[in-house]
Amino acid sequence: MAKYDFVVAVGGAPGQGIDTFGISLGKICARYGLHVSTYSAYQSLIRGGHTFLTIRISSEPVANHGDEIDLIIALDKNSVEKHIENVRPGGAFIYNEDDVKKAPERDDIQLCPIPYKKFSSGIEDRKLQRRALNTCLLGTTLRLVGAELNVLEEIIIQTLLKRKGQEVVDANIMVATAGYEHAVENFTQFDDKFEKQEPALAFVDGNSAMAMGGAAAGVKFYSAYPMSPSTGVLKWMATYARELGIMVRQCEDEISVINMVIGAAHAGCRAMCATSGGGFALMSEAIGSAAMMEIPIVVINVQRGGPSTGLPTKTEQGDLWQLLGASQGDFPKIIVAPINIMDGFHTMPELFNLVDKYQCPGMVLSDLTLGMGFTTFDPASINWQPEIDRGELISELREMDGEYLRFQITDSGISPRAIPGTPGHIHVVATDDHDEDGGLISDEFTNPHKRRDIMEKRQRKMEGIVKLLPPPTLEGPEDADVTLIGWGSTHGVISEASQMLNGDGIATNHIHFKWLYPIDEDVVNEVLANAGRSIIVECNYTGQFARFLRGETGFKADGHIRKYDGEPFMPHHIVDGTRELLIGKTELYVPYQEIVV
Amino acid sequence: MAKKERPIKGAPTARDYKGDVNPDWCPGCGDFGVLASLQSAYAELGRGSHDHLTVSGIGCSSNLPGFIRTYGMHTLHGRSLAVATGAKMANHELNVVVTGGDGDGYGIGGNHFIHTMRKNIDLLYIVMNNETYGLTVGQASPTTVVGEKTYSTPFGNIETPLNPVAMAIVSGATYVARAFSSERKQLTELMINGMQHKGFAFIDVISPCITWKGDEIFDYWKERVNMLEDHDTSDKAAALEQAVKTGHDTQLGLFYHDTNSQSLDQMEPVLENGPMAHQQMGVTPEQGDAIIKRMM
Repeated sequence: MAKYDFVVAVGGAPGQGIDTFGISLGKICARYGLHVSTYSAYQSLIRGGHTFLTIRISSEPVANHGDEIDLIIALDKNSVEKHIENVRPGGAFIYNEDDVKKAPERDDIQLCPIPYKKFSSGIEDRKLQRRALNTCLLGTTLRLVGAELNVLEEIIIQTLLKRKGQEVVDANIMVATAGYEHAVENFTQFDDKFEKQEPALAFVDGNSAMAMGGAAAGVKFYSAYPMSPSTGVLKWMATYARELGIMVRQCEDEISVINMVIGAAHAGCRAMCATSGGGFALMSEAIGSAAMMEIPIVVINVQRGGPSTGLPTKTEQGDLWQLLGASQGDFPKIIVAPINIMDGFHTMPELFNLVDKYQCPGMVLSDLTLGMGFTTFDPASINWQPEIDRGELISELREMDGEYLRFQITDSGISPRAIPGTPGHIHVVATDDHDEDGGLISDEFTNPHKRRDIMEKRQRKMEGIVKLLPPPTLEGPEDADVTLIGWGSTHGVISEASQMLNGDGIATNHIHFKWLYPIDEDVVNEVLANAGRSIIVECNYTGQFARFLRGETGFKADGHIRKYDGEPFMPHHIVDGTRELLIGKTELYVPYQEIVV
Repeated sequence: MAKKERPIKGAPTARDYKGDVNPDWCPGCGDFGVLASLQSAYAELGRGSHDHLTVSGIGCSSNLPGFIRTYGMHTLHGRSLAVATGAKMANHELNVVVTGGDGDGYGIGGNHFIHTMRKNIDLLYIVMNNETYGLTVGQASPTTVVGEKTYSTPFGNIETPLNPVAMAIVSGATYVARAFSSERKQLTELMINGMQHKGFAFIDVISPCITWKGDEIFDYWKERVNMLEDHDTSDKAAALEQAVKTGHDTQLGLFYHDTNSQSLDQMEPVLENGPMAHQQMGVTPEQGDAIIKRMM
């Protein structure tokens, strides 16, 4: 089978069931074994406003929303006006004909008006009638892409029967069938059609994937304060708390969130929390306190556009320096940026084993693109029982040589950690600096030698950590003319841009950073030695990663592609930018965002 | 601060809870009385010293965990209640006691104070209220009275002090008391009962600061405190009526005791299988399959 690659987008107002449309279509694709990547451009409104969800469907794994849209579904008049020009020539546009007085004008696409009022006239409940529009147009969509209607019927029953009852199920199936049948009679199908392939996949969003990874890693305590775009982690944790035995608490603020995590972790639980940049700022002081008390915690920052309240519903990679600089003083810490949605799942157990071993804070840098994006995955590809290594944890009375010293000076910097409730290991942990036994070395006990010893002990942990972190990856030819360098969530889009450039005869490779801190200068420089003309691609204004990389390694990139308009990169943004940079027009390329929501 | 658990022979005494570090408080500080009462209360409770967790924030009184022989956490300024809540929810079999001062608890930690009470977390919270920021050399605190001259109010304080006891009663605390560091017997009793109370127990302890308030501060308070008498502790409205009395009519004792409400750990179904910290970690293959099924 030739590669199938198709992009559907659906526009409408919040409350019109765009997410439901997306999840249903995503699940249908997953049942066909087709891969999906979604991006939702939305606004911070519960009613009113506008949402535009892009769903890319492919016979091969895909990790960005593509360059062109083949099919658009407009759920309201506004979407007709706004997005009629966004369909590629030869594509199709589905809309409710009751919404528009005059048909949209484009003769290079297939216009698919649906007489929804007629199809839904049998539904007496006006609210239900209004709400089933998305299902009707999904029926039409399925016909155009060559998918079977019965898969949608199964999903309607699965998602609606228990929650909403038979009447709602019947109404939805009725309008879906009408939408589908209408397309059979009136519209032309796309040439490329859905074809089943094995295995059937599952469909998940990035925040859920990270929550799942945390659960698999053994998280027993999760706390949160709601903040877009991280709230999906809380939603998943709260949904599964009782089924999996996880303590989930919503707090009065993010300061409370992280301090509860610290208390729970100290008492013996694997504990984590998630927030976005503003919430993370409130957590800063406590990050350092976890490091000082040597308590392992994990904090997820799902970045949105900043500064300040910024862009609540838009993406950015603008918090790298916030994480690097979070909290006063020097202390051991780990920063990791998952490179795609399922990597968010796999990262959590890896990170928990590291922070448990080294008794320090671990920070995950995700963003809206990953957190609120959906992907498909093969259920067999995820390990629900990853290795759980708690490090040197003491929870029982044991034989000891001499007395127990909580912060014992060791070569590795790791001191065995006893949890409260354990007989024979009573100690105090303090946010003031302290000696091996926890005794304060500030205030009247100030002792510069003890301070130096304990500071060096803590920082020695970094030497162990840095050896365990995998180096950045190099993909593509080793001796390329162009090297695209990225970090975190942009892996998929840079990877595709790199392939496109190679296809166009520009030999390109791709170096990608996941483990950001600590960084081993020699190891990283060895990878960077493969770089051709180097271009750092990132989603912020000041080149936060470029500056960080230069500071850590001395590496100076030849050019930069940066985006800070709130929308994620599309592959052609990077391809176009690379071309501009190659002809020497500029050292910094900022792509123009064509689709405006 | 070597604070090893001493083998307890026979009934534990307050001495068994004495830390190896002597308090760094100014001679004559009210906090000494609070520390001694807490050591007696721990001993009276009769559990192993490793079963207690003493959590504090920052400030003079927050140095207390270092002077006592239990597990201890000396956390950030104002954050003791949040940390203690996390610890309690992770292991609800621990007896978790939180200590601190008025700046720590009512100022920077005010938000946590309200919400920890609202949630009825099973903690004993002891605030050594000296109406000043002692460790930063004597500025006005949230409980400093109007007119008082301090480093930060050289012309006299013009802000109204908050009433922590009244605040606790209306915020959902289920055991609310006021004590005086010089009334040791009453204070110890309130602490023991507070530890035994299932829910959020709060004791606002008048613990005078002689350094920033002068030697006469103890006499000042002795003239003003009165023992709460003929009071029904189950009556919330009556408790509030007593709590708002200040100045020469300041009342000491147990204002409010709700024995019916359940604490959060009692209501939380995930604790049915024992403390979180001791429960099985991770996801079983069956649980994983069930989760995946809903994503397909």
